Formats: sequence, C-alpha cells, structure tokens
Amino acid sequence: MTSPARCRSLSCALLFAALALATLLCAGRASAQDISGALDQFTQGNYGATEAALGELAVSGSPAAAGIVQALADGKLVFSNALPRKVFIETDKGLLDPLTMQPVPDPGPVKPVRVNNRIRRAIEAASGTLSLTSPDAATRLSAAGAVLRTRDEAALPALEKALAKETDRHVKSAMTLARSAIVIGMDGVPPEERIKAIEVVGAEGNQDALAVLRGLPDNALPEVKEAAAKEIAGIQHSLAMWDVVQNVWYGLSLGSVLLLAAIGLAITFGVMGVINMAHGEMVMLGAYTTFVVQQAIRTYDPGLFDASLIIAIPLAFLFTGLIGVIIERTVIRFLYGRPLETLLATWGISLILQQAIRTIFGPTNREVGAPSWMSGSFDIGQLSITYGRLWIIIFAMLVFAALLAVLRLTRIGLEMRAVTQNRRMAASMGIRTNWVDAMTFGLGSGIAGMAGVALSQIDNVSPNLGQGYIIDSFLVVVFGGVGNLWGTLVGAMSLGVANKLLEPYAGAVLGKIALLVIIILFIQKRPRGLFALKGRSIEA
Amino acid sequence: MSTSDTRPPALLGTSGLIFIAVLVAAAILVPVLNLLTAPGSALHVPTYVVSLLGKYLTYALLALSVDLIWGYVGILSLGHGAFFALGGYAMGMYLMRQIGTRGVYGDPILPDFMVFLNWKELPWFWYGFDMFPFAAVMVVLAPGILALVFGWFAFRSRVTGVYLSIITQAMTFALLLAFFRNDMGFGGNNGLTDFKDILGFNIQADGTRATLFALSALALALGYVLCRYLVRSHFGKVLIAIRDAETRVRFTGYRAENYKLVAFVVSAALAGIAGALYVPQVGIINPSEFSPANSIEIIVWVAVGGRGTLVGAALGAVLVNYAKTYFTSGFLAPYWLFMLGGLFVAVTLFLPKGIVGTFYEWRDRRKAATGEADEPVAEPRPAE
Amino acid sequence: MLNLFTQARRIAGRAAVGAAAVALAAASVPAHAQETIKVGVLHSLSGTMAISETTLKDTVLFMVQEQNAKGGVLGKKLEAVVVDPASNWPLFAEKARELISKDKVAVVFGCWTSVSRKSVLPVFKELDSILFYPVQYEGEESERNVFYTGAAPNQQAIPAVDYLMENEGVQRWVLAGTDYVYPRTTNKILEAYLKSKGVKDEDIMINYTPFGQSDWQTIVADIKKFGSAGKKTAVVSTINGDANVPFYKELANQGIKATDIPVVAFSVGEEELAGIDTKPLVGHLAAWNYFQSVDTPENKDFIEKWRAYTKNDKRVTNDPMEATMIGFNMWVKAVEKAGTTDPDAVIDALIGVSVPNLSGGYSTMMPNHHITKPVLIGEVKDDGQFDIVEQTPGLIVAQEWSPYLEGSKDLIADWRKPLNCGNFNVKTGKCGGAGQ
Repeated sequence: MTSPARCRSLSCALLFAALALATLLCAGRASAQDISGALDQFTQGNYGATEAALGELAVSGSPAAAGIVQALADGKLVFSNALPRKVFIETDKGLLDPLTMQPVPDPGPVKPVRVNNRIRRAIEAASGTLSLTSPDAATRLSAAGAVLRTRDEAALPALEKALAKETDRHVKSAMTLARSAIVIGMDGVPPEERIKAIEVVGAEGNQDALAVLRGLPDNALPEVKEAAAKEIAGIQHSLAMWDVVQNVWYGLSLGSVLLLAAIGLAITFGVMGVINMAHGEMVMLGAYTTFVVQQAIRTYDPGLFDASLIIAIPLAFLFTGLIGVIIERTVIRFLYGRPLETLLATWGISLILQQAIRTIFGPTNREVGAPSWMSGSFDIGQLSITYGRLWIIIFAMLVFAALLAVLRLTRIGLEMRAVTQNRRMAASMGIRTNWVDAMTFGLGSGIAGMAGVALSQIDNVSPNLGQGYIIDSFLVVVFGGVGNLWGTLVGAMSLGVANKLLEPYAGAVLGKIALLVIIILFIQKRPRGLFALKGRSIEA
Repeated sequence: MSTSDTRPPALLGTSGLIFIAVLVAAAILVPVLNLLTAPGSALHVPTYVVSLLGKYLTYALLALSVDLIWGYVGILSLGHGAFFALGGYAMGMYLMRQIGTRGVYGDPILPDFMVFLNWKELPWFWYGFDMFPFAAVMVVLAPGILALVFGWFAFRSRVTGVYLSIITQAMTFALLLAFFRNDMGFGGNNGLTDFKDILGFNIQADGTRATLFALSALALALGYVLCRYLVRSHFGKVLIAIRDAETRVRFTGYRAENYKLVAFVVSAALAGIAGALYVPQVGIINPSEFSPANSIEIIVWVAVGGRGTLVGAALGAVLVNYAKTYFTSGFLAPYWLFMLGGLFVAVTLFLPKGIVGTFYEWRDRRKAATGEADEPVAEPRPAE
Repeated sequence: MLNLFTQARRIAGRAAVGAAAVALAAASVPAHAQETIKVGVLHSLSGTMAISETTLKDTVLFMVQEQNAKGGVLGKKLEAVVVDPASNWPLFAEKARELISKDKVAVVFGCWTSVSRKSVLPVFKELDSILFYPVQYEGEESERNVFYTGAAPNQQAIPAVDYLMENEGVQRWVLAGTDYVYPRTTNKILEAYLKSKGVKDEDIMINYTPFGQSDWQTIVADIKKFGSAGKKTAVVSTINGDANVPFYKELANQGIKATDIPVVAFSVGEEELAGIDTKPLVGHLAAWNYFQSVDTPENKDFIEKWRAYTKNDKRVTNDPMEATMIGFNMWVKAVEKAGTTDPDAVIDALIGVSVPNLSGGYSTMMPNHHITKPVLIGEVKDDGQFDIVEQTPGLIVAQEWSPYLEGSKDLIADWRKPLNCGNFNVKTGKCGGAGQ
C-alpha cells in the first residue's frame, strides 16, 4: 500500500498525514514557546522525525523557529555525535545555540541534519507558514505562494490568522487563493464554502488551479463536484487557446536558435559560396570561449559572474573570427570557384577542430552557468515566458540587425557585396579582394562564435556541439534562399514555428521527419528557396 | 559531342584493365590464400583481413556509384548513404528471417527485437524476405524506387547544385530519424544483427567469408565495367554535357532530366548492391548508416581518389578506409582524427584532382610531350 | 603473398587493394610477444560516445597499472591494447575482430551502447573470447562469452520506482526516454510493473525523443501539464547522454523543482552532471549501484588512487567505472583460479567469483553472467554529487530475463554444467527460447 498524496478520510489522515495532526496536537499541548522537543527530533537522523519536527516548529510561534528552518534549508543545521545529542546552527563564527543564537563550547564532531525532497517540501511549507506574518509585504506574498504550492492543511490556522490581519490588497488575494486551495482539498468543509473556494481558484484559470480543482475529494457533494467540473471545463477551454500561443512562442524561440546557428553560415555559405562544414565547430568554439571566460571569472573575480556572457560575446566573436581568418588564409582562398572542394577541406578542418577541443578540454561536457538575469520566468496571461529564451530571441534579432547594418551601411560591407557580386570588377575598382575575402569569412565565423555563446546556455558544451546544428543550419539557409539574409530570418522562424506546431500532434520524431519531407517538397516548388535572388541568370 | 579521337573508344583503357585484373586476381588469390594455406605460414591471409578487405570493396562499389553521378552528371548527392543502407536493410531482413528458431526467444517467425517489444505478428513489409530471390530483387528495387521518386521530383523541378545536395541530405536525415524509431519495425537503433546463415551457409565460416569477398570483388569489377560502359556510350556523352552545361543540352533538344534520372537510379541501385554485400560481411546494419556524416564521407573518398575517374573513386574508398583502420589502433588512436582531417585538407590543396586525376594529368602531359594522346579524361568541372 | 602483391603493385602502379592487403598482412604477423598478457580496451575515444566512454578506457588503463604494480597476473605483466571504434557500430565489430585475431588479447573490456554490444557479439561468439560489458542495460540477453557487470533493469529501475512510490507517494508517472532499445525495454518493464501495483493507464505517460534532442520546451511543458492533475507526479527518465543537459536546463528554466515533480534518471551520473549547474536541480534523483559519495574506506581509497593516476584532484568517479573495476578484478581472480588465460577455462572459472565492490560488500558473478549489486538512490546535490537517500539492505541478483515481459518470463540463464544455456525455457524444458 502506498501513501496517497491527499487523504480522503480522517483515519487516513491519521495514518499517513501524521505530520498534519501531530503538529496540530503539539501546538495545542505544548506551550507556544517550547520547541526543545522539536529540536530533539532533529537529532534522530531519520526523515520522518525531521519532518515532524518541522511541523512542530512551523506552528510553535517561537521567534527562533524561522532561523532554524532557514538553517536546515541551507544545510547549516547540525547535531553533535556525542550523547546527549544536541542541535546547533553552523555559521562562519562557529556553532551557535539555535534558541539563543549564542556561541557554544565545542561539542566535538557534528554532522548535518539530512534533507531529502520530502523534507524540502516540509521546509517550504514551514517557512511559508512562519513568514505569513512577516512585516515585509513581499515576503508575505511569497509565503502565501509557498502555502499555495504545498497546500498543507496544517498551515490553515496560521493562514487564517494572517488573513484576518492582512491589509495589502495583493497579499490578501494571494492568501485568499491559498486558503481556498487548502479548503477545496480538506474534509468536512461546508458545501457553500467549498463552492466559493472553487470559484476563487477557478478564477485563476491556470495549470495550478486545474491541479487544485482536480484534487477535490471523491466524497464531495454532487453540487460541489458540478461547480468544480464547470470551472475545470472553463479553464481547459482557455488553456487550449493559450496552448496555441505557447506553441508559437516555443516555435519563435526554436526559430531564433536556428537563426543564430544559421546566420554565420548565411555569410560563409550563402554569400561566399563556401560549403562550410566547419561552421558547427565555430559555434562550438564560441561555446568553449564562454566556458573559458566563466572559468577565469570564477577564479579571479566571482563578482563579475553575471556579466560573463556580456564579456564572452565580443571575445567569442574575435576568437572565432580570428580562427576563421586563419582558415580562409591558409585553406579556403585556394579553393574559390571550386565550391564543392571546400566541402572536403572544411570537413577535414571540422574533424581537426573537434579533436583539438577534445584533446584540450577532454571529451566530457563542460559546465557553463546561467547568469541570474537569464534564469526565472514571468507570465503573460497563461503564457509562461522564461528569461533565458527571451534573451536568446532578443540576442538573435540584435545579431541579425547588426549584420544587416554591417553589410548595408559600412564600407567593408559594401566591399563584401561588391566582391561577391563581381570579383574582377571589384578588384579593378581598387578593392583588395583578398583582404575582403578574409574579412567576410572571419565575419561569418565570428557570428557563429557569438551564436555559440547563446547556445552554451541551452545545450551541451561538448566537442560534438556543432555537429547537432550543422544540418539544420544548411537547411535553413537553403530553405530561405542562398545569399539572402532576410530569407535566412524567415526560413529559421517558419521552420521553428512549423516544428513546434507539428510536435504536439506528431511527436518530436515524426514531427521532425514531416518537416524534412515538407522542405524537400517545398524545394521542388521553389528550387531556389523562399527568397530567390532575382536576376536573369539561368544557371551559374 | 563528337570527339577528335578517330579510334573507337576502348571500353576499359589501360588503367581500367589493370583495375579489373587486380580485382580478379584478388578475388581468386585472397580466398585461396585464406583457405588453403596453414595459419601462421607467411602466405596465409587471416580471416579478419578477408572480411576487412571485403568491406573495403563494398565501400569502393559505393564510391563508384557516387562517382557516376557526381563525376559525370554533376549531381552532388549528400544522401547516397541512404541507398546503401536500404540495400543493406533488404539483405539484413533476409538474414534475420534465416535465423528462424535460433534467436534468443526461439520464435520461428518474429525476429528477437519484435518479441521483446511485444509484437504479435510480422508487419506486412517483412513478408517475402524469407526468400532470397525476393530479397535480392528488393536490394535493387528499394533504393531504385526511392531514387526514381526523389529524382523524378527533383530533376523535373530543375533543383540543382547545392539545393539538390542539401535536400538529398534532408532525405537521408529523415530516413535516419525514421529508422531510429522502434515503431517502424526495423529494429530501431540496434538495427539488425546476430545473423546465422546466408543461403544455408554459415555466415561465420571461413568459406562463406571468402566467397563473399570474391563476390564483392566481382561486383566491383562488374560495376566498374557497367559505369565505364555507360560513360563511354552516347548516353554518357550526354551526361557529361549535362554536367558541363545543362541548359545548352536542354536547348539542343535533349530531355536532360530523363538522362539524369536514369543515371541517378542506376547509381542508387549500385549503392544498394554494395549495401547488400556489406551487411553479411560486417554482421550488422543499423540506422547510423543513414547519418548525413556517412554520406559526406563517401564524397570525401571520391574526392581523394579523383572525381570523374571511376577507378579513383574505388581507390579513394579503399585508401581512406584503410587509413581509418590503421590510425584507429595503436599509439596513433588518440590522434587519428587529426590525420584524417589533415589528409582531406592536404588532398584538396595539393591534389585538387584527387590521386588518380593527378596521375592522369601527369601522364597526359607526358604523352602530349611525346606526341601521343590517349583516353581523354572527362575533366570534371565544378557544378555550381 | 607479399611478393605476389609487390609485383602486382609494380605492374598496377596504383592498386590500392594490393597495398592495403600488403600492409595488413604485414601487420598481422604477430608482433613478438614480450611474455605479457594482453588486455583489449574497446571504448570510443572520438565521436558522440567519447563523452562517456573515454573515462572507461582510462579506468582499464588505471586497473592494469595497479595490477602490474601488484606483480601482474600469473607472473606476467598485463599490457593494454587500446583501439578507437569511434562511436561507429560496424567499426566496433571490426576492432573487436582485430583485437582478438591480430592482437591476441586474452580479454576485452568495452562497449557502452547496446548497439555496440550487439555489433560485437557475433565476433566474440565466433572467436570464443571474453567481453566485459560495464554499463547498465535493458537485459534480455545472456551470452556465454559476455559478462555483464552493469545493472539489469531490476537492479536499477524497479527499486527506484519503489522508492518514489513509498517515500514520495508518487501516483502518476511520466516515462520519458530516448527512442532506442534500452528505454523501450525498461519502460515496457516499468509499465507492466506499475500496472501490477495498481497504477491506471491514464496515470502513465510515455514519451520518446530522438537521440541528441536539444529542444525540450514542448515536452517539459507537457510534463508540467501532466503533473497538474492533482496527483503526485514523477518523471522516470531513460534519456540518453547528450540529450540530458538540455533537458535539465529546460526543467530549471521552466521552474520545475524536485519538490514539485521529481525526475529519477538511470543514465545520469557524476560525469553527466559535471556539465550542468546543478543548483536548480537539487533533489532530482538518480538510481545506480554506486555513487562517488558512497562513504566507505574502499571507495575513499579508490578515489584517491584514481585521482593520483589521472593527476586531476577533481576527477569524478561513476557507476560504470565501478562496474569496470569489478569486472577487471573478477577476471584477474578467475585467471588466477584457472591458472591460464584460456577463454574457456576462464569463462568457467568466472562463475562464483566474488570481489569487493566499493559500497562495502562483495559482488558475485552469478551463473547468468550478471553480478549481484546493491541499489542506491541518490538525490542531486548542489555540488554535482549525489546524496544517497536509500540503499537496498542486501545485494540484488540480476533478472536478465524480465518476468514482466511476455516473451521472456519463462526464460532463465545458467552457464554451469549441465544446463550451459543462456535462454533455457522452464516451461518447455528446452534451451533456445520458446522453441517450436
């Protein structure tokens, strides 16, 4: 027999939610300030006792409780090996007594109170309950959120007390919501109150509300069930519409990843005509540059970590750009006019670069951390937008705009266009075509490197990183139309969105296969891609 | 399309004759030295060398098929591995059915992977593969039909150059993903393996291996003669003309797309035969044969050997694969990718026509100096 | 033959076939053995699997050095022969053949993926050699020439699911895996097991993704949705190597914490976590037979020597490394017991051999060629290590043929005489599966 998450009857609750009842009983019996019994439980070294102790602390009303719970969450709550076992809080200044926060004489070896997922949930519940009456409104708000997530019945008395005193409108509505969520799942609630709670929760209209409503006990009255069913149907209807919006968003986000991966190739392959099989490796080098930058920051100035990506972007551009120039000068320049042979040479280069990275950094993944401004998410309606993805989209657009600007507005851009359109005429106009070639290849490679910085945030940083993107990149460039940057943009975005709209119906694998077939058929329709270069040339 | 050469074009030419002679000699000598000499004697060819050489020869046939369309029609297929793999799968399915009750679960009909994934009956597309003639026909038909359909669409729409290359790559990539799926009924990522018999002969017996080797050598020789015949014929002249100036050919009244389609289908069928010979010698066929990297590697073999020379393609395949075998063992193992990568770069820079192409060039220059001209090489021009 | 071919080459000028044959034939003349025992190492050092397998190559080299420091085996030094099958499955078969026929190795340690094992199997059977396979796998196999030192599904997956049911009260299950044979089989077994425990169909979601899947947005959102049905939900992940990092990064991005929907993984160990910032992943679980954080003197000693050998004081250890070490020690013991490296004698001697594992017990090679193992459940810590939250009290014997699968429930393997069979059907009393 396994323990269900939510109890259906009082006896069940007695059996399995020992925590809830034990804490209520303890709160009634022991004086509000006496938490030494709870502290002793921490020393027993088993999860059940720790969980019970947390429950006791949460409702004890002791001023020390919040500090102890926090210490446990941080892994700083320790107990002595020597008998009688006592609990301490570990700090930089040594061990402190948890009640008085005063230093204590050395108790000999200590070990931390162990924490697992169950305890972590109990910690969240306890610290939520404990900070419901915090003077800071933001803390109260997040406490209400924590109670909502854990829906711990034991928190109800504290929640109701806090609700009665609450003045802030936002916090109040959050607490009402949390209270309603608890009430829905509880036994012995009058039907009117429960229906009211169902309406409050239903008004939220999101996944979490759905979860709460579905958790309605089976023994609820028919009218209550009906009310819940109505709310569930309403939420599901609106969520279905939001689903489409969400898939489009995912598609744009995938599209921007494709764009980043492909845009460098749109230069080296699209503009210069080099079938650049080493393009993926340029992306990989960019990701490794990020890793090196973060390592340096970790070693020399950890405070700069949040800026690590900003620092890495120009460095990755310069480094991979330089590698690109070297490749162009030593290999590619001998192969102009023989595009198919560039395939062979760049394939060789890609093998060499992969193995070089494997030799230097080892074959395993390297850790590239996310700066704080890239983690977390916010909601627009029922659409959850993660900062990481949002930044990648913005970054992709910025890179695209910058590249367009370079090609359109700068002198070197003008020269690049001139050389690719008519090399001899450009040369006779005094353009140093050699230099322009090197710069163009360097630009394409550098952009690939910048893409690598972004991709390091969502993918493996391993020697194989580039291999995963090379096929998709070529598809995007060809689909969009070789030699047309706007084509690459539209191609990447439409492939991304199409992929994500197909995925829910066909599954990840079949969706991808379907997309490939669609591309093959599309090319039959438009043999020169989405945005074919206009002109009278029949064939090159 | 007329040549100044007054003599009727020789079917094989000197290099072709030598090539065939070497193949025939190998087809006879290697099995003999493997089977009839005592292990340990200086002349003995160990069995593992026999299957290794057999594998190289099937690769050589594959390279030959690519050279036919790349070297002579200008179609750069980055998806030729797909045809090779389809032929291999057709043969693999036959070999799977021959296992019979000797699989680990002992099911007389279902292959092992179907039993443990709880399949109840054989999918319809596995019917018939218990008969060798049917499987042998499928070896040619499966890749042939795929090439026919794909080529019919692509060549009629006049998809050319890199666009064609990239959609062939998309094709093999889509097949790779499809064959990975266990629900497809081809064994998923594990593919087909643990073969026992071929036509009643134990597949692991030395005699069978030697025979398979000899067959591979003969298949390569015949494939060479066929390709050589095609490219020397009127048909072949049109192909070369299409490679060099497709529009002009079309303007002269030829249906270029039909010529290309025939060459493409023949090439796919040859690749399928290569795959069918490859599988019993290697003992496994799995979806990684469809991976785009494999197809690119085939192009690399052809380029190393010399595009548009046929002999060069076969030579390139054998050389590159021998280099791979050699470099991946011993103290060189950690560095073999450097060597292989370096080889590719070096060949493009210093031998742009490939090994055989460069040799021909050198020979022609020498002959031109001495005043005799023989066997004009179909000079490859970049297909853009 | 040398002469013949040299002549042919002179005539042909460029007969590569001949050249290759000459070189191969020359190479195949056995190099004069210096009275060593050769040990083959067949792990990919390049390509997609290098990420996992390179460590195992280092482990075998480390074990060889350790053994030689102890005086070798049977008075001879061991010599490792390393080849690189380059994550290419046919190349695995070729290299296996080369190791056995050309290099005459006494034993091979190698392979990671199931397909590589399947690829070399016929070679080991044909040439009658020994392969030690150190990775957890789908079971459904027992071969005379292979010794499996990784976990079978009942030594990893089922205890992990039990833990989640009992300790986290999980009622709803997402079985997410890469679409290949190990996840497919494991999920089939788990599905049957969960149903036998009363879990309903609608509470099980099964999802397969291709290799190297890198965009997990939709799937993670689906998991979130599936988890909001009012019942405690967990994800059982058989997602393979490369795809894990983006998967976990997406979990962290979408804010799925272990306290909401825990993920228990069977292919994620210390090496894989080394590539991820684990702070957002604290509490997600993994089930293995060994963790680096195992607190025993044997493990401490092993880690210390390993780090000294690799000259890297941060180098991590993981489960397949322990399995490699156990396999190596078992082989050494069996060779000493048999007094020879002859494969037939060693294969017979191996059954029943016990060697210490790193979690404080002894693992034994059973007659089914699998070993006994403890099962450990660990929660991810913020330093990339695992906190062991549960350990099975005893050792678990592998069920190479799963009782939860229709096709294999009547099969057993026993390589001792008189049975000497890897797929003996207890119903029909015949060796060879179901028979006619």
